[in-house]
Amino acid sequence: MSSDGSVSADSDKTNINGSDGFIEVENVIIRFAGDSGDGMQVTGAMFSDNSAFVGHDISTLPDFPAEIRAPAGTLPGVSSFQLNFSSLDIHTPGDQPDVLVALNPAALKVNLRDLKPGGTLILNKDGFKKMDLKKAGYLEDPREDGSLAGYQVYDLPITSVCLAAVENTDLTKRQAELTKNMFTLGIICWLFDRPLDLFEKRIKQVFTGKKESLAAPNILALNAGYNFADTIEAFVSRYSVGKVDLPPGEYRRITGNEATALGFVAAAHVCGRPLFYASYPITPASDILHELSKLRHFGIKTAQAEDEISAVGMAIGAAYGGALGLTGTSGPGVALKAEAIGLAVMAELPLVIANVQRGGPSTGLPTKTEQADLLQAIYGRNGECPVIVVAPATPGECFDMAVEAFKLAVTYMTPVFFLSDGYLANGSEPWLIPDLHKLDKLEVKAPTGENGYIQPYSRDPQTQARPWIVPGVAGLEHQIGGLEKENITGKVSYDSENHELMCKLRVSKVEGAVNSIPDLEMHGDEEGDLLVLGWGGTMGAIRHAVDNARAKGYSVSSAHLRYLNPFPGNTEAVLRNFKQVLVPELNLGQLRMILRAKYLVDIEGLNKLQGQPFKTAEIEDKLYEMLEQKVRKVAS
Amino acid sequence: MSEVAEYTRKDFASEQEVRWCPGCGDYSILAQVQRVMPEICIETNQKKEDIVFISGIGCSSRFPYYMDNFGFHTIHGRAPTIASGLKLSRPNLQVWVVTGDGDALSIGGNHLIHALRRNVDLKILLFNNQIYGLTKGQYSPTSKVGKKTKSSPLGTLERPLNPVHLAIASEATFIARAIATEGTQMRDVLLQAAKHKGSAIIEIFQNCNVFNDGTFDAFAAKKNQLENTVYLQHGEPVTFGKDNEKGICIRTDHGALEPYVVNVADVDKSSILVHDEQSPNAALAYLLAQMDVPEFPVPLGVFRKINRPSYDELLEKQVKTAIEERGPGDLNKYMRSAETWTVS
Ligand code: SF4
Repeated sequence: MSSDGSVSADSDKTNINGSDGFIEVENVIIRFAGDSGDGMQVTGAMFSDNSAFVGHDISTLPDFPAEIRAPAGTLPGVSSFQLNFSSLDIHTPGDQPDVLVALNPAALKVNLRDLKPGGTLILNKDGFKKMDLKKAGYLEDPREDGSLAGYQVYDLPITSVCLAAVENTDLTKRQAELTKNMFTLGIICWLFDRPLDLFEKRIKQVFTGKKESLAAPNILALNAGYNFADTIEAFVSRYSVGKVDLPPGEYRRITGNEATALGFVAAAHVCGRPLFYASYPITPASDILHELSKLRHFGIKTAQAEDEISAVGMAIGAAYGGALGLTGTSGPGVALKAEAIGLAVMAELPLVIANVQRGGPSTGLPTKTEQADLLQAIYGRNGECPVIVVAPATPGECFDMAVEAFKLAVTYMTPVFFLSDGYLANGSEPWLIPDLHKLDKLEVKAPTGENGYIQPYSRDPQTQARPWIVPGVAGLEHQIGGLEKENITGKVSYDSENHELMCKLRVSKVEGAVNSIPDLEMHGDEEGDLLVLGWGGTMGAIRHAVDNARAKGYSVSSAHLRYLNPFPGNTEAVLRNFKQVLVPELNLGQLRMILRAKYLVDIEGLNKLQGQPFKTAEIEDKLYEMLEQKVRKVAS
Repeated sequence: MSEVAEYTRKDFASEQEVRWCPGCGDYSILAQVQRVMPEICIETNQKKEDIVFISGIGCSSRFPYYMDNFGFHTIHGRAPTIASGLKLSRPNLQVWVVTGDGDALSIGGNHLIHALRRNVDLKILLFNNQIYGLTKGQYSPTSKVGKKTKSSPLGTLERPLNPVHLAIASEATFIARAIATEGTQMRDVLLQAAKHKGSAIIEIFQNCNVFNDGTFDAFAAKKNQLENTVYLQHGEPVTFGKDNEKGICIRTDHGALEPYVVNVADVDKSSILVHDEQSPNAALAYLLAQMDVPEFPVPLGVFRKINRPSYDELLEKQVKTAIEERGPGDLNKYMRSAETWTVS
């Protein structure tokens, strides 16, 4: 963990191994920061892949501006990628980097406050000219005014040495400058003892086709960086991190959006129905469209719709025809889709809406994470309009919850929201690749007209779902729509009592899904002083904080909701087993409000709206505050 | 090939009581569609259960309830999207969209143009009554300038849209027009639309006798039809009148194409415009669609019918080709196509 094993030499868990000069640490948090044109995302992703590949647990946090190219060298143009790699089972990208790479003054200014005291700071000397300092708003050179005194600073001529290294290639000046991210990566590889062969292989994969000629110079830059670090003897020491003890199996690194796309493909396999995906491009959900569009050979049809409404309409049309109708978007898109989701509720069709949440309201913070669309998902439509809501807790879990979303949609013939967020979508972790053949298949009934007419709104006695009768089945022709339906017959009905009956029926059907939902699992003890209940991408930070508090002897447990509507059957019992409850959320208390209203349990919130995930320390501090208050109260 | 069932008109009439105002033009459209359906089934080799009607909101959009087919009465303006999703995922179905001037051209304008542009194989029936009927009489995007309605007591200030022009600009591959009460012509265009592969749109002039009575009378009333409409037929001269004694010629004045009416007897026959619905150039169709009473007869029938692969067809082909080239997708393998490592 960041607070334990550190690159800064003062940590008590470091172990200097004299024979080869490596300091062994449990984990390292490194952040690559530069201009958005500097290739920091690629650098971070490559180092993450390699970290996972050589056997560490990893967790990543990319952070980039909404503009494709904000003015170079300015604060809004800074792009960064944080990686936590560890010999322990970790849950978060870490609070404070041990190592910060800052390729220009803007990157330094934006990121320095996060760097751990005593941490390692690698600067690009060539990026700190007067103009660069001015663009970042520095009046004084921070390297000279003492503001970096608390860190191990390595001010290296990255650009100039790199340019010299690729001098004899055919690169233009601009292209040559762009290789400095690989040069930097080379330095980092030396620092953490990573062989370069896998990186070289990856570079060759990245630069193919027209760009093939760029592969060799980038490999050159990578090696030059490594050798530079080796030669200059500037670094005090090198570090090594042990392998993590993960369950056996085949792994890969996966981001939330990748896992989401794969999960929906798996859902088609599990339900035995084709997947149809319609979407309108929107950050941070577009990657799902990109991923699924590649998979025509899976029989997957995708359509880029003219707008958000059309995308959900197409998905509803596909669902009406018997396919797995899916649409993906972010909060602003959900706002536009609301009316159509209501139609799917009324028509009782299985539709899945994937919302990769971002900062709102309105256009908000497109590239930043938030969890403020929970109430929108559960309630954001006209009328009494219930839907099922699920939310994965880690990038890899996006796969499982995507499958789950469709299983529930098809079983209960209802729209289901899949709530991911920007942090999960772009973050990554090692993923134990599942075996498709081991997933339980869902038997989806396909009514035929052989035994006579089936009422379109007749009910399954167990689930209250209506039959999924699709066009093409002779003898079962019927008409449905958004006007209120008469129960059983599905005919239009303006009858007031029928309307109340149907509203209640739709709600009770969704509530009945609790029968298909696993109970909340406890992390820690079944009862105690404090429960931390979370949902979505906050799980890592919550667990880490709870583990730390438990290690100090506090009576704290946590549980994580993957099902937000309905809640798992034991939710109330779990809440009542603790003296205090804390719900940390990246919103102003949406889950907390529902839980309080529903169970009449007092709950405290920890709420953050900064476009960034929780830091472990933020949650930990809140735990101690609550626990100690209680102690004081009891004492007084 | 599967056997085509023999149907009668009755097979397409549902038990639902029809609830349009007495005298509404919608009745006639419903009757024509039900009458021509048996023939459409034969000509397109479709079964009744494979034909689906999807509508939006408005008087017209009650239509699916009265057909004994699979029907989906959706939400305002969005029928083309739901129909597109259905057609793309189930390309063997024959999908009809029933919509109105408010539904298709106002709230749903975006969806209409994009469904047409993509050439999704949809048959779109646009009931144009130049008014909002269901909400009891506000002006619509096709209402004439100055039209006094409940929401424009002093007359509208907006220029109307010409649905045929919009369809042309949206690259629709089949564009036609009909009068609700003119059965023979309407059945003809319905059949042609059904047989067309690609997006087909038919603008149907439909009288709303409650809120906009007689708005089309100048050409659509029985007594005016011969003089004030012209039924377009591919490869035929564009002539009209009781004895086809009048015709349309085109002149280029000041660089602009301009139609004018002639007496057939007065001109060289070859100077009379010959209709070409298949012309790759949309100029002719656009020009014809501009003609309006009183100077010109209102053109009916098929304006444009061109061959282009439909979106659903192309999508299906992409799937097929991808499977042929790469083999059917194997998710277990695909998930492992990234860099993987094994923990033992
Ligand atoms: S309001 Fe007009 S369009 Fe609507 S049903 Fe009555 S007559 Fe027909």
